[in-house]
Amino acid sequence: MFIKEYFGTIFKSIKSLLTGMKLTGYYFIHPNKIITEEYPENRATLNLPERFRGEVIMPHDEKNEHQCTGCQSCELSCPNGSIKIITKQEIQPDGKKKKRIDTWVYHLDMCTMCGMCVEACPTTAILMGNEFEHSQYEKQYLKKVLNKPGSRLKDGVE
Amino acid sequence: MLLGEEDCINEEGEFVINIGPQHPSTHGVLRLKVWLDGETIKKVEPHLGYIHRSIEKMSESFSYRQFIYITSRMDYLSAHMNNQACALVVEKALQVEVPARAQAIRIILCELSRLSSHILWFASAGLDLGGVTPFFYAFREREAINSIMEETCGARLTQNFMVPGGVITDLQPDFPKRIKEVLKQFKDNYHEYNEILIGNVIFQNRMMDVGVLTKEDAIALGCTGPVARASGLSCDIRKLYPYDGYEKLKFDEILVTGGDSWARCQVRMAEMLQSVNIIEQLIDNIPEGEFVAKTKNVLKLPKGEFYQRVETARGELGVYIVSDGSATPYRCKYRSPNFANLSAIPHISKGHKIGDLIAIMATIDLIIPDIDR
Ligand code: SF4
Ligand code: SF4
Repeated sequence: MFIKEYFGTIFKSIKSLLTGMKLTGYYFIHPNKIITEEYPENRATLNLPERFRGEVIMPHDEKNEHQCTGCQSCELSCPNGSIKIITKQEIQPDGKKKKRIDTWVYHLDMCTMCGMCVEACPTTAILMGNEFEHSQYEKQYLKKVLNKPGSRLKDGVE
Repeated sequence: MLLGEEDCINEEGEFVINIGPQHPSTHGVLRLKVWLDGETIKKVEPHLGYIHRSIEKMSESFSYRQFIYITSRMDYLSAHMNNQACALVVEKALQVEVPARAQAIRIILCELSRLSSHILWFASAGLDLGGVTPFFYAFREREAINSIMEETCGARLTQNFMVPGGVITDLQPDFPKRIKEVLKQFKDNYHEYNEILIGNVIFQNRMMDVGVLTKEDAIALGCTGPVARASGLSCDIRKLYPYDGYEKLKFDEILVTGGDSWARCQVRMAEMLQSVNIIEQLIDNIPEGEFVAKTKNVLKLPKGEFYQRVETARGELGVYIVSDGSATPYRCKYRSPNFANLSAIPHISKGHKIGDLIAIMATIDLIIPDIDR
């Protein structure tokens, strides 16, 4: 009885090992089923989904115009203070003074990519971009100014 | 922390060692101080605090819209469920009616993350016990689920998709098609999981009769989730206190008696199929309509105390909020499932060999950032 059980256990163990090895063997001789990607090499073909949150960007059109009115809703909605908006008073052609952004400072090093600033922006001036390779040698390079030099507010955006 | 020589071997001749905080099988920065007699465990003492980020305290300075996102960083494999708990407690306090479409989207995404979390458990359980191969088979399916999360929510782990009143944005048009592809892939490959790890005799022998948690102890220690259900304790919040429309769905609560590591494996393997079952019921009939209910710009909870629990992949998560009527919580407390489940480890590993402690830790399936918060 004992001997029978003893050999039964050995037989069962070998069988279960072989079942597993059959599976790994199957994938060994079917290399087309392998799904791993070679990341830095496949950069050119890497396709990230549109909604992927990699960084905050501010799109500018061909006339170097953005849609940010400087309302600071994004600054208030950011949970960790990654956004700092410095505004200035600009004299309009009709002589009136209006608030405009001077610098839109974005601290990428503090940003958690939550997307709440984009959600809060009433004029869709900012979006989440797809870029994810942000590594830098020095921390200060991660502090960015999103409005381009010389850019201005698009006409009609209030 | 280094121990002096006089601490290493105490008067009774016990050998004291630290497992962690930098040990691969603790899945994070958990430190277990273990008293050994030869190879037999006399006593285990968990030491916490290595990844404390004071999430509860931070929440007190966040608005009710902002405090949701940071809970993704607690149990990062159940980020959707954590976000959902916070959204639900705000909805409960403000008595917001969540649209049916938002509820369906929430359940689908939560069950997907539960599935991916259990898949990761399978991968790491094999890895902890020395089987590297199952890890790659499991990550094949997990990668498919993570790609869906990326396409739908914009991030793979810290999704931040739930808002008070619904979800942040609508699903993309090919969502049902993509989900069906993933579910088909998972169901086609599920038998491989059994072949390569669960059916393996070496694995079974290391799991069976190791770390037995009785039903009484599970109740006394406050264990929830798959750990408690493996001891025969019915504790599925989705069944007992249904939220977000779980009451309309048909699914089984997996109960196994036995309480050993093997029972915990069986519960998780069966729960994967239940999650698939829930998603399949919903995916073809997601109701049309709004995906978020209208809420005020600045959310202010009425004065009082609010509590809401959800079932995450590891057990019961409770969110307790004390509001003084302002726009930020006065006090915010999370009852995290991993903290309670951790307290079972010293109890059930007594008398086992040190190798079994690794098996016990693998089947309790701890997420350390959720313990410390
Ligand atoms: S994505 Fe979130 S953390 Fe980053 S800047 Fe926007 S609100 Fe702040
Ligand atoms: S980016 Fe949007 S929210 Fe932020 S200041 Fe400009 S307009 Fe306002």
